[in-house]
Amino acid sequence: MILKNKDIHSESYVQTVWRRFCRHRLAAISLVILTVIVAAALLAPVSAPYDPTEIAGPFAAAPSKDFWLGTDLIGRDVLSRLLYATRISLLVGVMATLISTIIGVVLGLIAGYFGGVADMLIMRFTDMVMSFPYILLVLVAAAIFKPGLWNIILILGFVDWPGIARLVRGNVLNLRETNFVKGNIVAGMPLRHILFSEILPNTVAPILVYATSVLALSILDEAALSFLGQGVQPPTASLGNMLNGAQSLTVLTSQPWLWIPPGLLIVVIVMAINFIGDALRDALDPNSGR
Amino acid sequence: MSDENKIPLIAVENMKKYYPVKGGIITHTTGYVKAVDGVSFDILKGQTLGLVGESGCGKSTIGRQLVGLENPTEGKIYYNGCDLSVIRKNKKQMQQIRTKLQMVFQDPYSSLNPRKHIFEILAQPMLYHHISAKDTVEQDILKILDMVGLPRTVLGRYPHEFSGGQRQRIGIAKALSLNPEFIVCDEPVSALDVSIQAQILNLLKELQKELGLTLLFVGHGLGAVHYVSDRIAVMYLGKIVEIGDAQEVFRHPLHPYTKALLDAVLIPDITQKNQERKLLQGEIGSSTNPPSGCRFHNRCPYATEECRREVPELRNVDDRGLRQVACPVILQSGKEATHG
Repeated sequence: MILKNKDIHSESYVQTVWRRFCRHRLAAISLVILTVIVAAALLAPVSAPYDPTEIAGPFAAAPSKDFWLGTDLIGRDVLSRLLYATRISLLVGVMATLISTIIGVVLGLIAGYFGGVADMLIMRFTDMVMSFPYILLVLVAAAIFKPGLWNIILILGFVDWPGIARLVRGNVLNLRETNFVKGNIVAGMPLRHILFSEILPNTVAPILVYATSVLALSILDEAALSFLGQGVQPPTASLGNMLNGAQSLTVLTSQPWLWIPPGLLIVVIVMAINFIGDALRDALDPNSGR
Repeated sequence: MSDENKIPLIAVENMKKYYPVKGGIITHTTGYVKAVDGVSFDILKGQTLGLVGESGCGKSTIGRQLVGLENPTEGKIYYNGCDLSVIRKNKKQMQQIRTKLQMVFQDPYSSLNPRKHIFEILAQPMLYHHISAKDTVEQDILKILDMVGLPRTVLGRYPHEFSGGQRQRIGIAKALSLNPEFIVCDEPVSALDVSIQAQILNLLKELQKELGLTLLFVGHGLGAVHYVSDRIAVMYLGKIVEIGDAQEVFRHPLHPYTKALLDAVLIPDITQKNQERKLLQGEIGSSTNPPSGCRFHNRCPYATEECRREVPELRNVDDRGLRQVACPVILQSGKEATHG
């Protein structure tokens, strides 16, 4: 197929990225699945058949016409709880990722651009946070601060940033030496312009890719914490604390509708996010072929 | 030449730039790279000084000091008679002077932000410095584009859509957009094709005449430097070894290093099939630990015992004071020749 000259030029950066992204079929499918899940979760108040905290039917009933995914041990509708739980888990993941990304970007920018003592202090601190046994730190923090939705978000947010800080620092170190940054210094442009208008837009792509893996990780961590009872507290449902019931052997062996759906959903969400991140990495890389 | 032209726009006095070398288990300074080691020169208003030398001799470093990207370790830079290190302390004044000292970079592929289109690249500094207002900026940019020979259609495009030569034109437009008086051209053509090189050199020459610009032209291609420069300074390992009128330096090189540089240029002459060319032996010395005495002595065919001990100063060749050479051997033999 021969493209007209006009077609080549009229394609914007975003269009190019989208086209390259769609070439990954797995990622495109993941994107569709994730969109459906997110939409269902966001619309939970409308789409859920029952109130997630209300006792709606018999205890531990198997899936039926009235309760598609059955009821839990105290008679709440599992499907409704699942929808609300996805909402909470996604909220935790997105907010924790947002917090860690902001912290990571700010620290990385400072360390990379100014260098010297600031760089030394920030990077040693980053190494310190990185070398901590992560789940232990979160558990201790969760034990000290009362476990709860926003505490979990903050704890996860303050633990996940070192990777992003390192990534940003490395990128800034490279960009600082480029001629276009030097040209803007020579042109007498202010620091805020150089940092936020010249350097940052050129490091957005890797940040975005990294953030997707942080998102997947935070969702997993939330699930793990809630499973251990240190995360989101009942009666609020999260994917992790719905699994909590599976700690009992009876549930595990004879009531699979209580743990298979949330478990499966975690796997699907995390895998979808990771596939999307992979495709983004390829799509955003200017060096990969068109 | 009128009297006005005799005022040096840029004066450099004994500039030194040492970069610390860090090493050891506990990081500490183990030595210095003496990139520029005591260099002095003037550039008259409206003139072009060409700076030549091998890679790593410190010529680009001088350029970076002059536009304020780095501060010299020692020595002074005067712009219009004002000491830059004093101006630097006053932020506002520095910002104003910054626009007067611009730079054209060597690699046109990395000198434009890949995420911005040309209009943004050119307009942002102009708006920030109030050189142009929001409603006139497009007109002003079009004028500059016209000067560097680019059509108005480039404005909405991104840097990756252009060739090297076009990018270099945009780079020149970016430097011009701030109404500079002085532009450092840091090897502006060495990354370009030969045919494009000539275009860019002609453009620079025209612009200089038209706008009365003062240029420092850094390059290793002697031909290009000779073509655009009024005066030429030859550098070797952080020191200027010869400085003078471009024609004279090119036609009658005095310093052995300048001679060697000129000898290394291939002359496209079919009648001289087997040109006998004296190529330099040995490697350029280390700038961390430069050779004693004259830094060129280990490669110089005329070196004497004295060259190994004494560091030669730049001395006037004749009474006019337009040409200086840092080689006592050559000066001595020259005098003997005139006296004898």
